[in-house]
Amino acid sequence: MTMADVESVAVVWQLASRVSDLTFEGALAGYVTALACHAVEFASRRAVPSAEVSAAVPANAAAGAVALLTRQGEDPADAGQDEAPGSAARPGWGERFGKAAVLVAGIGFTMNVLSLITRGMAAHRAPWGNMYEIVSLMCAVAAGAWLVAVNRAKVRRIGLFVMFPIAVLSFVAGTVLYTPAGSLVPALQSYWLVVHVLAVAISSGMLMLCGVASAMYIVRTRYDLRRGRGAGARSLLARLPSPDVLDRIAYRTAIVAFPLFTFAVVAGALWAEAAWGRYWGWDPKETTALITWILYAGYLHARATSGWRGSRAAWISILGFASIMFNLFVVNMVVSGLHSYAGLN
Amino acid sequence: MPPRDSITARNDEDLLQNHPSPGKSRGPLAVGVAMLRNLWRRLTSMRTALVLLFLLALASLPGALLPQWSTGRAKTAQYILDHPTIGPWLNRLGLFNVFSAPWFAAVYLLLFISLIGCLTPRSWELLRQIRTGPPATAPRNLSRLPHHATVTITGDAAETARHVRDRLRQSGVGGWRTATRTEPDGAVVVAAEKGYLRDVGNLVFHFSLVGLLLSVAVGGMFGYEGTVLVTEGDGFCASSPIAYDDFRPGPLVNATTMTPFCVDVDAFHAAYTPQGQATTFRADIRFQDGADLGTDTWQRRALQVNDPLRFSGDRLYLLGHGYTPTFRITYPDGQVRTYAQPFAPEDSMFTSQGAIKVTDPPGYSGDDLRQNQLAIVGIFAPTAVVTGGIMSSGFPSPLDPGVAVDVYRGDLGMGSGIPQSVFAIDTAQVANGSLVKKAHANLSPGQSITLGDGTKITFTGVKQFVSLQTSYDPAQDWALISVILLIAGLMGSLLIKRRRVWYRIRSDSTAAGRAGALAVEVGGLARTDQAGYGREFASLVGLACSHKTYAAGDSPARAGKGA
Repeated sequence: MTMADVESVAVVWQLASRVSDLTFEGALAGYVTALACHAVEFASRRAVPSAEVSAAVPANAAAGAVALLTRQGEDPADAGQDEAPGSAARPGWGERFGKAAVLVAGIGFTMNVLSLITRGMAAHRAPWGNMYEIVSLMCAVAAGAWLVAVNRAKVRRIGLFVMFPIAVLSFVAGTVLYTPAGSLVPALQSYWLVVHVLAVAISSGMLMLCGVASAMYIVRTRYDLRRGRGAGARSLLARLPSPDVLDRIAYRTAIVAFPLFTFAVVAGALWAEAAWGRYWGWDPKETTALITWILYAGYLHARATSGWRGSRAAWISILGFASIMFNLFVVNMVVSGLHSYAGLN
Repeated sequence: MPPRDSITARNDEDLLQNHPSPGKSRGPLAVGVAMLRNLWRRLTSMRTALVLLFLLALASLPGALLPQWSTGRAKTAQYILDHPTIGPWLNRLGLFNVFSAPWFAAVYLLLFISLIGCLTPRSWELLRQIRTGPPATAPRNLSRLPHHATVTITGDAAETARHVRDRLRQSGVGGWRTATRTEPDGAVVVAAEKGYLRDVGNLVFHFSLVGLLLSVAVGGMFGYEGTVLVTEGDGFCASSPIAYDDFRPGPLVNATTMTPFCVDVDAFHAAYTPQGQATTFRADIRFQDGADLGTDTWQRRALQVNDPLRFSGDRLYLLGHGYTPTFRITYPDGQVRTYAQPFAPEDSMFTSQGAIKVTDPPGYSGDDLRQNQLAIVGIFAPTAVVTGGIMSSGFPSPLDPGVAVDVYRGDLGMGSGIPQSVFAIDTAQVANGSLVKKAHANLSPGQSITLGDGTKITFTGVKQFVSLQTSYDPAQDWALISVILLIAGLMGSLLIKRRRVWYRIRSDSTAAGRAGALAVEVGGLARTDQAGYGREFASLVGLACSHKTYAAGDSPARAGKGA
């Protein structure tokens, strides 16, 4: 390579790094705007959108003229919302803001992905080598999972509560955790970094959605109890999706994310075997990952156990996400162990 | 929420009902047996398992929050010193040794007993179900099931039943198992079930957890780890624990059966960014084992972080590196000796601390020898920067090496029987006057200090050392197989759905005057997660209609609750 080549390559890297930073700011702006739009939607009077009340009987073309009866609450993914339909004349401001929120969240997600790609180009490695990049990736996954959920299950009204942790985490990533693009210490130069950290980030991002759905489940069932006693008829909480829908979102994200998280821990163990001489050594990070694993295993079992399903299971899922956050922030930045790779020194 | 099928969950009530209480006349033995049986049932119930699971998470928590003897000896000792009141108590309770504490073992052993106690009967039950297929009896009232539909078609009941059965059996992977039966009133019932693999996955998952626990236990019992610091140009032969600076065997390790091998470290290379961040580490080693031992046959290999050397069950790792300053001492009688000792890195720029201990200076004997031992104690910096009289390192490469050392003469206290750190002298010996500081100097390579008796100490230069670790774990492969099965079983148990469907076909009494009219009642039950069964159920109902005898002109009656 000539000197001019070297220089032009360096310029490209710098450019990629700059683009990555800018698109990350764009993603943050998108998430915050989506949060604000969802807040308007949630607070607006005509919050129950007509478009979301779909036909109660799932049509099935293949069955021809066969009529089906699915019991209420059996298959809410098909059956739509349990709320009474609002006036279907024209969309209110709440509806417009809600749609805008999803659109802006989609733009934020796209920017987030772009930011990660350009980060990888700037550092010429997988863009999840320090805490800034990992949290950024987690936010992208959570936002992506949310966009899938909102398209499939019509649960836009918990958007405010989903976008809140995403916006907060990407803000923390962009300010406290931000690290310029750079190379990795030899201990992190391994293909296991690509596999292990990616699996951790994807499962954590999905479990964020699971945690929010579980938290909303608890809020909603408490509200239902209150309303059962005749109070809170005009509460905003009536706009939350039904407990069944929330439980289903939490469960469905968990059954995908939990095997992935298990794989992430196993990949970590395989890496530890190659790097530190043992596959498991009760490092604080490993111990906390085991606690997280136990909590989610407990959640899935509790959901199938009488006396535990419902709110208790939801609390376990929330604890599980709390332990993920603990592992990400406290163990990396406060407790010292072999996993102290925050890149913040 | 709709009532969930109780078969999917371990249910204490079910268990208790299935077992009739013992006879009326109860001897003490019978009472004892009944109590034991009750205890066993309670232990193997799902709720107990859940409580034990959370206890396990709770019991692990101190392992994440407090320093542990196993992972950080120095840090744990410091923690106890810093917390003089609770520290010793936490230590007595085993909170610094959580993962080998008896209470921790009690929790996981109970959990695994509960697990096995629950899994064994379920395995037999599943085997029976797979062998026999679904029972041909249908619930009397199919319209009470969560999914239900009725269609009217024309045709022959037996033929329709055969058609439905064949179509169900054809439907791809994880297909349906069916049973057909004619009820006393002439209705033909086709019962079908699928998703047995879900329960197979569930059992595989739980049994591989047991396998994983056993692998960890065997590895802990028979495995060992040994670490050793080797300076460039040196080597070590591992045939017994003595070869290592630190050896951590499992309780059942037989030290005489360790795999012997020899390693020589030729050179160590590290590269750094201008900011001093490491980019690569590499140790060039020569290695021999097996028949090569004792011969001149060596295999050359570059040992790197994340890339261990694997041979006959053992693994050799490059864990760390540092600097070994070298000194030459010219004694008053003219004897010259050289000394080299690894210094422990203290920061990311490799400011290192250490001590060279001369226990047998020439020219002395007997008690005199002990009174005239020498120690060179202090700081080594690969790129020396002196600020305010204190030396530290400005860069991890040896660009401008320097040492800041104190020279002591006297009794090092090595004979007391208490093991000393190789990186420091016993400060108690200095405090009680047995060891006296004779000189202090900052030296560059080639520079020297001369003591009052004419002893001349020269800082000759520096070599690098590597920290190597040998690991042996006989059950590691079993642990890997266990986790592969664990993940496969987990995915099967979460993603495969177990479903049941019944068809009851009888001639339609309401469609009077029309020959061959059949009412097909279909009922569906999701034995696990309900989600998504709605759509699938619709196509199952469609199976009955797709029969060629379906009369196009017929308008199937809508039936069921709420129609």
